[in-house]
Amino acid sequence: MSTAADERLLHTSPLRKLLGRPELGSVVGAIAVFVFFAFAADSFLRASSLSTVLYASSTIGIMAVPVALLMIGGEFDLSAGVMVTSSALISSMFSYQMTANVWVGVGVSLLATLAIGAFNGFVLTRTKLPSFIVTLGTYLMLTGANLGVTKLIDGTVSTKTIADMEGFPSARKVFASTVTVGGVDFKITILWWLALVAVASWILLRTRAGNWIFAVGGNKDAARAVGVPVTRTRIGLYMGVAFGAWIAGQHLLFSYDAVQSGEGVGNELIYIIAAVIGGCLITGGYGSAVGSAVGALIFGMTSKGIVFAEWNPDWFKFFLGAMLLLATLLNAWVRKRAEATK
Amino acid sequence: MTDTTHTAPRTALVELSDVSKHYGNVRALEGVSLQVHAGEITCVLGDNGAGKSTLIKIIAGLHQHDGGTLAVEGEETRLANPRDALDRGIATVYQDLAVVPLMPVWRNFFLGSEPRKGAGPFKRLDVEYMRRTTHAELLRMGIDLRDVDQPIGTLSGGERQCVAIARAVHFGAKVLILDEPTAALGVKQSGVVLKYVAAARDQGLGVVLITHNPHHAYLVGDRFVLLKRGTMVGSYERADITLDELTGQMAGGEELDDLRHELERG
Repeated sequence: MSTAADERLLHTSPLRKLLGRPELGSVVGAIAVFVFFAFAADSFLRASSLSTVLYASSTIGIMAVPVALLMIGGEFDLSAGVMVTSSALISSMFSYQMTANVWVGVGVSLLATLAIGAFNGFVLTRTKLPSFIVTLGTYLMLTGANLGVTKLIDGTVSTKTIADMEGFPSARKVFASTVTVGGVDFKITILWWLALVAVASWILLRTRAGNWIFAVGGNKDAARAVGVPVTRTRIGLYMGVAFGAWIAGQHLLFSYDAVQSGEGVGNELIYIIAAVIGGCLITGGYGSAVGSAVGALIFGMTSKGIVFAEWNPDWFKFFLGAMLLLATLLNAWVRKRAEATK
Repeated sequence: MTDTTHTAPRTALVELSDVSKHYGNVRALEGVSLQVHAGEITCVLGDNGAGKSTLIKIIAGLHQHDGGTLAVEGEETRLANPRDALDRGIATVYQDLAVVPLMPVWRNFFLGSEPRKGAGPFKRLDVEYMRRTTHAELLRMGIDLRDVDQPIGTLSGGERQCVAIARAVHFGAKVLILDEPTAALGVKQSGVVLKYVAAARDQGLGVVLITHNPHHAYLVGDRFVLLKRGTMVGSYERADITLDELTGQMAGGEELDDLRHELERG
């Protein structure tokens, strides 16, 4: 593939190349988790179980992809979890209150959610505060506003049903339908997830913006000094997270026909965990979209595998924590190798 | 225009006249003048806190000067940001932040000026060209990299400086600013870097070499500007000064005498 390689490179084994991949640790982990549950739970290998696992993975994975990109760019977004709920609420409330076609609500929700993302990025780049503080602020504000506004308008913590409104069937088809392949039902979110991984990988590895994301996360000052538009890149990354939140939010809405306004709290950490297990460095500058997908898959296999094995689901968090620690240790080792000088 | 060094008939690539810069009520730079000519190396010498960093930040477009004038190829101007400086052919190689350590060499080489092919949404990096060019350009500077895919952090400090210099040369820089390129390096590595600095000069670039080492400066320099506590204390052409005088000026002759006195054993 590389034409710049010279004859000395012939001796580099494919194994060494593989060891340099950011998602290596997560792939090994995913295989281990898969084999483990294949033995532990009889029903784990059934096609219908596979579909359930993939669905659970996709709802996390859709957000893990843009969160991973943001982490490669060196920042966090703690508001990502509740932003999904906000996006669903905006969509449903706008359609209901305006008695509009639900697609109008979906469109308004896209713009509003992107605006929240842009706000995160703008405040971050303007104030130069750490992203932990900025997005913790928006996290709390959105959590409060989700509940407060819903109660104010609908009187309860959930929105009114929009199932009988115009455009609902087609919107449900796009965001929450089921596709049957070979007799097995697959949720459409799996397609959204795969598409996002593909697009994000393309952006990261083959576009100018991808180069900028790595550079901004790896060494912001160097990036600025060679003319990379650092501010624009960072705001764009936050808007990417908002775009993911919009897709996940519309799925949340159209899976049913109403939204519980208290949902989403705590999910932001799961997205970050998926990205970190997938090889994203917590300090930025390193990681991959595919890795975040494998991280989400580990999450899906573990959460559903424990159910299939008929264990107490309390063990799930223990398992996830252990995976996170192992993955981070491996990442630290990778980084040391990569940064070793002389 | 004032010309503190000897009058040159041709237009300087970059000319600073009586430039000053204040940060709030702190005077970082006052009355500094210097010229950069094609195919010449202008050395800026000074101790820590002399204002060397402020000076390069002004020429690189990171900061704007408060007083005096800055002319690029005879045209008086004010550089808005690093991109503006780059577009005018002024490239800067910083001591610490020249590269992104975790990124492959070829991505670092083209960072900020990535070549692309294709159209519309399929516009993409021309990866093959980027890899090939990086390898070729480094080879031209005498660095034979085994693998342009290795993270640039795995190269030695001198090699990284050279990649940054090769990058500036490749992108058609007319003026190359080098911030303490030898400060963190051993003797041998310093020699290698100075060789590349000379190579860049021979390709017709105007070089500004910032250093606190008069020995390194005198090895390659054509003009010498001495800074001390934010002001210019001397400006010489090579013919007008010897290495001993330069070293003496740099350390502050009297101070050095005092120091010698103090350290003398009884």
